[in-house]
Amino acid sequence: MTHISVKVDGTTYEDDVEPRLLLIHYLRDRLGLTGTPIGCDTSNCGTCTVELDGAAVKSCSVLAVQADGSEVTTVQGLARDGEWTALQRAFHERHALQCGYCTPGMIMAARELLREHPHPTPDEVRHGLEGNLCRCTGYQNIVRAVLDVSEQEVTA
Amino acid sequence: MTETAQREVGRARPRKEDAHLITGQTNWTDNISVNGLLHLAILRSPMAHARIERVDVSAALERPGVIAAFSGRDVAEEMGSLPCAWPVAEDTVVPDHPPIAVDEVRYAGDPVAVVVARDRYTASDALEAIEVDYTPLPAVLDIEPALAEDAPPVHSDKGTNRSYNYHATSGDYEAAKAQAEVVLTRRYHQQRLIPTAMEPRAVVVTPLAASGDFTLYSSTQVPHVLRVLLAVTTGIPENKIRVVAPDVGGGFGSKLQVYGEEVITLVLAKRLGRPLKWTESRAEANVATHHGRSQVQDIEVAARRDGTLLGLKVSLLADMGAYLMLLSPGIPVLGASMYPAIYKMRAYDFSCTGVFTNRTPIDAYRGAGRPEATFAIERIMDDLAAELGMDPLELRRHNWIRHEEFPYTTIAGLTYDSGNYEAATDKAIALFDYDKLRAEQADRNHRGDTVRLGIGVSTYTEMCGLAPSRWLGEMRYAAGGWEAANIRVLPTGKVEVITGTSPHGQGHVTSWSQIAADVLGVPFEDVEVMHGDTRLATHGMDTYGSRSLVIGGVAVHEAARKVVDKARKVAAHLLEANEADLEFAEGAFSVKGSPEARKTIQEVAFETFTSHGLPDGMEPSINAEHVLDPDTFSYPHGTHLCAVEVDTETGAVHIRSYVCVDDVGKVVNPLIVEGQLHGGIAQGISQALYEEALYDEEGNLVTGTLADYMVPAAPDLPEFVTDRTETPATSNPLGVKGVGEAGTIASTPAVVNAVVDALRPLGVQDMRMPCTAERVWQALRSAKEASA
Repeated sequence: MTHISVKVDGTTYEDDVEPRLLLIHYLRDRLGLTGTPIGCDTSNCGTCTVELDGAAVKSCSVLAVQADGSEVTTVQGLARDGEWTALQRAFHERHALQCGYCTPGMIMAARELLREHPHPTPDEVRHGLEGNLCRCTGYQNIVRAVLDVSEQEVTA
Repeated sequence: MTETAQREVGRARPRKEDAHLITGQTNWTDNISVNGLLHLAILRSPMAHARIERVDVSAALERPGVIAAFSGRDVAEEMGSLPCAWPVAEDTVVPDHPPIAVDEVRYAGDPVAVVVARDRYTASDALEAIEVDYTPLPAVLDIEPALAEDAPPVHSDKGTNRSYNYHATSGDYEAAKAQAEVVLTRRYHQQRLIPTAMEPRAVVVTPLAASGDFTLYSSTQVPHVLRVLLAVTTGIPENKIRVVAPDVGGGFGSKLQVYGEEVITLVLAKRLGRPLKWTESRAEANVATHHGRSQVQDIEVAARRDGTLLGLKVSLLADMGAYLMLLSPGIPVLGASMYPAIYKMRAYDFSCTGVFTNRTPIDAYRGAGRPEATFAIERIMDDLAAELGMDPLELRRHNWIRHEEFPYTTIAGLTYDSGNYEAATDKAIALFDYDKLRAEQADRNHRGDTVRLGIGVSTYTEMCGLAPSRWLGEMRYAAGGWEAANIRVLPTGKVEVITGTSPHGQGHVTSWSQIAADVLGVPFEDVEVMHGDTRLATHGMDTYGSRSLVIGGVAVHEAARKVVDKARKVAAHLLEANEADLEFAEGAFSVKGSPEARKTIQEVAFETFTSHGLPDGMEPSINAEHVLDPDTFSYPHGTHLCAVEVDTETGAVHIRSYVCVDDVGKVVNPLIVEGQLHGGIAQGISQALYEEALYDEEGNLVTGTLADYMVPAAPDLPEFVTDRTETPATSNPLGVKGVGEAGTIASTPAVVNAVVDALRPLGVQDMRMPCTAERVWQALRSAKEASA
């Protein structure tokens, strides 16, 4: 067992964990933060994407012990006082989700994409989301949602 | 709509169901946890076919944290055989299908033993300690070798790998062929696909020992069907089982099943008296969740030189995999009615043989039989056009059912109620700029450009709303197809709609709210829609086959009309008027000629709740239920056009444009319809270009993870241009037709037709799916060698 201290969605947790415990299982099984689901075992689908010290990571490819001393943001930490982020609103308005299983990871990946490319082209959005698979939407509405947010920032 | 003005139906409402999905307040089955929960892990066969000589779980039991471990033999008596509900022919061979293999394993992934432990890591680790002795048996992996005289049987007690033969004929095909000037014969292949819902399956069972009740949560599309069959399979009384489908992360047909894991988790939770969870890994999902497609299609078309179709003959070999699942034999037979598609002809002959192989079982995947049928007819229409030197759209136009000819009974015996193929096609051609692309194609061909342009056409129809129970009975399907809706108007005037459909991404909560709000004249926000729990939605037939809106949505409409009818009686009493003198508009009853005499439906609901002043004999409720069993299917249609660029030096295929005009009848929510089309088109393109379940010679799935099995990401798909025409269905009061499978059905042939169209001038006559760069390059090389 290894002792870790991690700040998740604004709350600090101290825990003893097995060195092999994956961050995603720590979040889901130990902290009960089940908003981030698991889609594959091979870090291909991006469903479990969270932010680790501000960078989007696939939490199935990070050990909980590697998050020691770090700050983690999950989809559950985005809305403030019930107010959704611009990306969450855009996903809703553009119908950029159907079953919604990939949505938390997709939103976390899109946040990073927009941080790095605040005004992407449609192609840049598609390439920026390459690591996140969606089986329902055909991606078009997801791309529209991300572009909407970049445009909002231009006009704001 | 009859009762009141439409305010909601037709409106592009963002979905009610998004809020919890976007904020991570989800209720996926794997999220469910209860005190004392134990975890189940399954040991699966590493071999395609073997006799099980010995299973020893004793070392696993000694591991710390392991509660129990069982072989198939340990639990065989309690688990029964997994059901097949659609034995299409009288003599269909239906082998035993134990949830955990007892004597033999029949595909790589067949469950062999299970471990129950205090957490999922411990359970998975303990699988390594189970000793199994196998004697390998010869495996048969491919459809045609499986039918050879000396083929090793997948089920030795059956002595044949033929599950069934199904034959249906209409008109005299041989006579039609004798009159034909052109007879074209083709063989097409439907590769095996892995449905790949993003949420792997999961099951949680919480037993209540004192009462013998069980709640089973499953990531299922079919909670109601599942409950019935769990009771039949395990012997636990049906009224002691509550099935809940919480948030379900996609299905595409792969979750319309009764799976062994559901039976195993239920029976072991009962045996241990503890709550139990099983969660599938993606690697497990790829072998243990049923696969789709996998057919060899021989198709022959007889025509005149002017393009007039005379007859069609279809002969299928359909892979069943190692066992029959719930609907396996019925999938290709469901497609049988769809081969003649939108075309007029004199004769049709269809036959299908279901074949066992040592691979993961096959069952429904998005479209279920209809994409396969549409692919074959739309491919051969293009091949016939090429043979006759006609434009593929002109050939279709020459043969299709004209707008003024509806209703029209096809040679396959289906009566299409409405359609307008001309309108959808003309609109699609204009959006696509068809003539300009044809000119560019000719120019590139003339110049010998290394990047060729291909144009693919698909003018499809589908049968939606798998329902007419009488028809299903005639097809030997062991259940009805009706759907139930229940509407409760609460004392405060808020409305609850309870539906028997079980959505997993389709947006029923929003669409059903729109339908109910319009009929009742209440605000959209005042309607709640509930589903997916057999204790709440007490009867239903669930969600698959684009049946939900056409049956479940229409049932909501009809239940709402019943509420209005009941409320009218109460309102008439309250207003001291004759029912016939009441008008209902904008959610209120008023007396004709004196609009100030008025009662809203909310006021009526409250009066019914207090029931103080109702006359004797008047039922104090305006709640209503409607169970709808329609007489017929519905038939959406459309025209999909695809332009591809094929690099003849690398074989790479790039979709340059994709345009579709679909007619799904009356549209309830344009945003949702467009989304369903996008997703469907993506899956259909993916069959055409990317996906295939591949096995090695030993029968191991080599595309066992998402690292190997190509699910397209955003850069792999184009922008889709979608538009629509709206020809209402005449067979239901909403005029709706269904949309969930349209994109998948239409897009696969459009894309492959485009690829072949690009390569035909270079001597390539056909392409097997998926049309990967390597396969295109090989086809070009073979064509070059053949012409040299």
